[in-house]
Amino acid sequence: MSDAHEGTGARPAVLKTWKLFVGGALPRSESGRTYQPAAARHCNVARASRKDLRDAVEAARKGQGSWWNRDAYNRGQIVYRIAEMLETRATAIVDELVACGVEQEVARREVEASVDLCAWHAGLCDKVGVLLGSQNQVSGPFFNFSTIEPTGVVFVAAPEQPSLLGLLALLLPPLVGGNAVIALCSESAPLAGLAFGEVCASSDVPAGAINLLAGPRAELVGHAAAHRAIDGLLLAGRPEPSVGAEAADSVKRVRWCDAEWDAPGLAERVRRLDWVEPFVEVKTLWHPVSGW
Amino acid sequence: MQNDGRSNAESAGSERPTLSFGAAWQYAPAPEASDWVEIPDRRGLFLDGAFVAPASDQWFESINPATEAVLGHVARADASDVDRAVQAARRAQPAWAALPAEHRARYLFRIARLLQERARELAILESLDGGKPIRESRDVDLPLCAAHFFHHAGWADKLELAFPGACPEPVGVVGQVIPWNFPLLMLAWKLAPALACGNTVVLKPAETTSLTALRFAELLQQAELPPGVVNFVTGEGPTGEALVTHPGIDKVAFTGSTAVGKAIQARLAGSGKDLTLELGGKAAHIVFEDAAIDSAVEGVVRGIFFNQGHVCCAGSRLLVQESIHDAFLQKLVRRMERIRVGDPLDKNTDMGAINSRAQLQRIEALVAAGTSDGARVHQSGCELPGKGFWFRPTLVSGVSQADRIVREEVFGPVLAVTTFRTPDEAVQKANDTPYGLSAGIWTDKGSRILWMASRMRAGVVWNNTFNRFDPGAPFGGFKESGFGREGGRQGLAAYVRRPGGLVQG
Repeated sequence: MSDAHEGTGARPAVLKTWKLFVGGALPRSESGRTYQPAAARHCNVARASRKDLRDAVEAARKGQGSWWNRDAYNRGQIVYRIAEMLETRATAIVDELVACGVEQEVARREVEASVDLCAWHAGLCDKVGVLLGSQNQVSGPFFNFSTIEPTGVVFVAAPEQPSLLGLLALLLPPLVGGNAVIALCSESAPLAGLAFGEVCASSDVPAGAINLLAGPRAELVGHAAAHRAIDGLLLAGRPEPSVGAEAADSVKRVRWCDAEWDAPGLAERVRRLDWVEPFVEVKTLWHPVSGW
Repeated sequence: MQNDGRSNAESAGSERPTLSFGAAWQYAPAPEASDWVEIPDRRGLFLDGAFVAPASDQWFESINPATEAVLGHVARADASDVDRAVQAARRAQPAWAALPAEHRARYLFRIARLLQERARELAILESLDGGKPIRESRDVDLPLCAAHFFHHAGWADKLELAFPGACPEPVGVVGQVIPWNFPLLMLAWKLAPALACGNTVVLKPAETTSLTALRFAELLQQAELPPGVVNFVTGEGPTGEALVTHPGIDKVAFTGSTAVGKAIQARLAGSGKDLTLELGGKAAHIVFEDAAIDSAVEGVVRGIFFNQGHVCCAGSRLLVQESIHDAFLQKLVRRMERIRVGDPLDKNTDMGAINSRAQLQRIEALVAAGTSDGARVHQSGCELPGKGFWFRPTLVSGVSQADRIVREEVFGPVLAVTTFRTPDEAVQKANDTPYGLSAGIWTDKGSRILWMASRMRAGVVWNNTFNRFDPGAPFGGFKESGFGREGGRQGLAAYVRRPGGLVQG
């Protein structure tokens, strides 16, 4: 990356076009528009439009079935595969973070923590049901148990700081709950997030289960809030009241967390079940018990 | 197939007319005595442990929907009354949360016992005020109420076991708004987990059914619950609005219509308040050809006519496999004819009065307008009392998936009947609704039950049974039927905060 700016007669590097990740493919924006992110003015990044978001929703709805209909064991293997691919791409992603202004050592620690977080969530895939479900001791001759199922399609808005960990901290909990995720990368520093899309593209993730967009946050979050085929919102930073008000029209599950991202402590802070809970639905099944 | 005791006579060429169960078996009236349940003309609001008059001194009538007689007068709380209630709850909250958890549990155990001791009195009052049959208020509502407090009493001192390592804390002051279909039971569903987790409460009962909440307040006095821990503000929509938007409330729990739930969610957006919603439903009740048919008929009847159909999880859409449609419908219509509609206080009554004139008009309008050409409306020929609000058990067949009667929540004794051929089609039709509260499945094949149940986008799935409730079984909706659960370990999550958790938007 840095070679491109030296211009000292060295070999001109092949520069990357930064693209979205939607439905398992890496498209440009349908609008044909790009933007230069504030933290990485040297790059042209595909600028997701409202139509790109709608396309992502369509892809996510298809991908959600494919994701959830797999065995939990298989979902765990795929999330672990993400960790593997991330590990091999760690150096490159550290470079993208550094290009967006993160100190080298901080970026290295953060990418390592991101890989570790993927591995932690990989192991959670086949335990979510055990930890959040139950057998219920009801009165009367009934076998009664509660299982968990995904809410559906969850829209995630990553923190604005240049951070892979911040994106994954929000993306992984709904994903291991069986949801398809549409994640909006940091508007000003989207490179690490979009690089994560390239990782997903080579990690056996079913098409549409994970989608990554970059673009105008305020516009896209507002549009996601109003989109009736999006079932949940998970946002870094307190949203405008209008976001929750729009989301109410389809009774979306809306959650946010504070945007203070302290990278070293963060990875530990997000290893918890109650970040998964809002985006799974508890289903209680009853059946009579009788001997005839 | 069961012999119903008439076929021999019929096949022998008897001239007996077609079976008319109601006329053949007249039941003598069996009214539950209610004269010993005294209802004061005015009771006031329950604030800080005492009954007080509303600031405005405005009162409205509470009537018996079966007779339209005035039972008493209920206070109309305004914003200043709501504020007094919230302040009382705020003052009481730290001490309530700081009580040894076992002591908090003890109050809930006491309440459960008091509910059992005074169950009959409360059941009678519930039937008088709301119109539901005494058989249901006595045998379903009140026992479940007591069970709910008893169950949650045991959680109060085990929260660390319910949320291991998560350091659960009370949310604070909870504002709760409940509907008129199960007045005391919804009150129990709301209060018991809130109190167990160390919260204090301001609750608004529904305007047509406030009397049992106020009687329940007397139980709280008997239980010596510390003043301010539970407060009741009575009134209509504006009272509820003042409550859910009050800045001193940390969490809102609402059970009611989807339209009002959406409005509350929109109003609370960005407030930082927690919210749980238990909203409307349009449950599919699916009967396969291999089901135990007579049991399924009983289940379908229980599913839609229980509590006059005023049930958010009522099985209001029957999906019957095409191969058995005609035979099933015939049995269902015959069974429907046998439902005894009338005096809610009569112990033989199956279906009581519609809760209010407004609700009766909504049901009538939807049945009149909600069907397309080709729909056939079957109504029970039962006699209805002259006064009060009544609607016959009703079944509408030949409807299409697009008809309003199939899509909209009627909240009355009206069943829409459609058919399916394959399990896939049943799944598709069952899930073709913005609601997702409950579903019912009748089949004798175990693997199919589990296959179907796992595909229902609904929070409660009753298999070869329907309308079962238990404090230990989480209840709540998918999709536009709301979020959050009531009952069980999962239900407690709605009444605690865990440090570092996500914030609701």
